[in-house]
Amino acid sequence: MLQITNLHASIDDTPILRGIDLTINDGEVHSLMGPNGSGKSTLAKVMAGDEAYEVTEGSIVLNGQDLLELDPHERAAAGLFMAFQYPVEIPGVTMKYFMRTAMNSVRKNRGQEELDAYEYLSVVKERAATVKLDLELLDRPVNGGFSGGEKKRAEIFQMAMLEPSACVLDETDSGLDIDALRIVAEGVNTMRSPDRSFLVITHYQRLLSYIVPDVVHVLVDGKIARTGGKELALELEEHGYSLIEKGNAVDA
Amino acid sequence: MTTDPNATLDQWAEGSDYRWGFVTDIDADTVPPGLDESVIRFISAKKNEPEWLLEWRLKAYERWLKMEEPEWPHFPDRPYGPIDYQAISYYSAPKSDEDRPKSLDEVDPKLLETYEKLGIPLEERAALAGVAVDAVFDSVSVATTFRDKLKEHGVIFCSFSEAVQDHPELVKKYLGTVVPAADNYFAALNSAVFTDGSFVYIPKGVRCPMELSTYFRINALNTGQFERTLIVADEGAYVSYLEGCTAPQRDENQLHAAVVELIAMEDAEIKYSTIQNWYPGDENGVGGIYNFVTKRGLCEGDRSHISWTQVETGSAMTWKYPSCILKGDDSIGEFYSVALTNHRQQADTGTKMVHIGKNTRSNIVSKGISAGYGHNTYRGLVNIRRGAVNARNYTQCDSMLMGETCGAHTFPVIEVGNDTAHIEHEASTSKIGEDQIFYCNQRGISPEDAVSMIVNGFCREVLAELPMEFAVEARKLLEVSLEDSVG
Ligand SMILES: Nc1ncnc2c1ncn2[C@@H]1O[C@H](COP(=O)(O)OP(=O)(O)O)[C@@H](O)[C@H]1O
Ligand SMILES: [Mg+2]
Repeated sequence: MLQITNLHASIDDTPILRGIDLTINDGEVHSLMGPNGSGKSTLAKVMAGDEAYEVTEGSIVLNGQDLLELDPHERAAAGLFMAFQYPVEIPGVTMKYFMRTAMNSVRKNRGQEELDAYEYLSVVKERAATVKLDLELLDRPVNGGFSGGEKKRAEIFQMAMLEPSACVLDETDSGLDIDALRIVAEGVNTMRSPDRSFLVITHYQRLLSYIVPDVVHVLVDGKIARTGGKELALELEEHGYSLIEKGNAVDA
Repeated sequence: MTTDPNATLDQWAEGSDYRWGFVTDIDADTVPPGLDESVIRFISAKKNEPEWLLEWRLKAYERWLKMEEPEWPHFPDRPYGPIDYQAISYYSAPKSDEDRPKSLDEVDPKLLETYEKLGIPLEERAALAGVAVDAVFDSVSVATTFRDKLKEHGVIFCSFSEAVQDHPELVKKYLGTVVPAADNYFAALNSAVFTDGSFVYIPKGVRCPMELSTYFRINALNTGQFERTLIVADEGAYVSYLEGCTAPQRDENQLHAAVVELIAMEDAEIKYSTIQNWYPGDENGVGGIYNFVTKRGLCEGDRSHISWTQVETGSAMTWKYPSCILKGDDSIGEFYSVALTNHRQQADTGTKMVHIGKNTRSNIVSKGISAGYGHNTYRGLVNIRRGAVNARNYTQCDSMLMGETCGAHTFPVIEVGNDTAHIEHEASTSKIGEDQIFYCNQRGISPEDAVSMIVNGFCREVLAELPMEFAVEARKLLEVSLEDSVG
């Protein structure tokens, strides 16, 4: 279970998140929508432990563990995964080598055995197939020269490799054509399980017809302005965010 | 003592060479600071050198006096002051055992911690820390066994001073043939005042049975600031030589000006690897070694092969361009380099590949890593002479910047005098910042592991050229040198 309570965070003394409460039970998929600049990426990065942000109040607890006490790499080991809105390139390190280092670090931290080269490669093949990721890409530097769609698929591939218990997807749909969107959504759907929770951040309803959420939240100005079922996304699609932004906040 | 070189010149004219009487007093352990002809005579006498070598030194000195100190680009945040050559002492005998620590208990714990991090074998730590060696380590017997084995194969490997005594004909034949005494300012100074170094001769057809390294690591720590190395591989011979080690080396002497000459005859191959970790100065750039080195190899014979590999992490300032003169037809020159500058360090390094023979090939792979306020410069020359038919060069020059305050600079020069030449040049610059480190962290990789993964990935092709055990040490050295530099 992922539980965020009264979370306040700021950057350079400017408050961005202003009291967020959010509980995602195991097995649930929640969607976080909201206008540009409302703080969606900020929430994702604060959860992951980006030091550019200062948490001024509140808590984030994953499976009973206080994430704010942990360094970013320890949060990953504790089961948190974030798919970046803008994945960065890492020159000189192949994706295959990167993922092996990541996987073994995480496994070590979780008290599991490291995988040998043979086991690792078989897991790679299996997980890459779930997002139809070309194996040849894995011999290139991390995200180096990847197309927009390849980057997003590679994020989901990494998520599948690390077997997190809480997954945060930050606009994984942006910049994808409909075919790529389907592939990414399928990859996510195969990972849905009773002991895994998802927070799917998106600006558009489109993705949510492929990854059907249990709960939809709308973030406005660093606060959750509305919470509802999957039909809320359709409503937003029709009326835009203006309805909510005008202060018409209604709690579900 | 005088600080005016003209005064010294005047003094020569008057023929009063023995002003301080050093030449008669050759039992002295050290000479006072200052340089003139009498100091050179003193060094030469101290080493019981033949007349021709003294003449050679004096000629070099004469040339040096007329030369101008080069001005290399240096960067405003790390100016280096003029070197006062009259403030340097040009000879001091190795420390006696009484002056050294008696055991590891007397050694700075911080230094020992670094050895530990670098994975330096326990039995070598004491020797490296300057502990009176006989107290902990029977270096004499190790050296003897080592030498006996080499002797069986006819390999000569000894200190330069010993070579002058035992193999004067070889020294005389090859000394200064690749780096002439007056090649450049620092080489001329070295030629005049060098105190010791190493000498290697591999006879015809012999493959040197071991890496020439272990012996060096233990015994050649006090060769001083003006080191002289000469390696000759005769027809069909092979040798792999490793200089330096990962252990941090401190020295009171700020200026280091070494000269290394390599000569490869027909079908011979010399692999020369360096790990340089001289004291780089502190975080603010106070102290640190100036490392101004001349290294050059001559591929004299057809199908000869010289390969330089270097990992440079130390020194406040490094100027160093290990080069190859590809004279023999079908000869090959290679240069693989990793230079890392952190804090206020500056490295200006690269190579010169001079293609003279037909079908000569050269390969250059340079990796510069800058962090903190460090500056890294690649300076390279590929020179294809008129007769060098079908010469080929491949150059790859990559820079990595860690953070916002460091710099990378590249000055590749290509001169082509034969239009059958085939030249390829690739270059890249990449930045590693907090974003990349955070991305790695989010995947479960700790900040330290992220830095080492990225750096090792970047340097892989160069580290692969090092002998196995040194590649492992070099990797650790790069990690330790970059501690706290990102994020
Ligand atoms: N470095 C920064 N300094 C000040 N404000 C910032 C900085 N980075 C982001 N912001 C502001 O934080 C707010 C939230 O941004 P973000 O979380 O990226 O929104 P979203 O992902 O919902 O589009 C925006 O108003 C943005 O301008
Ligand atoms: Mg965003």
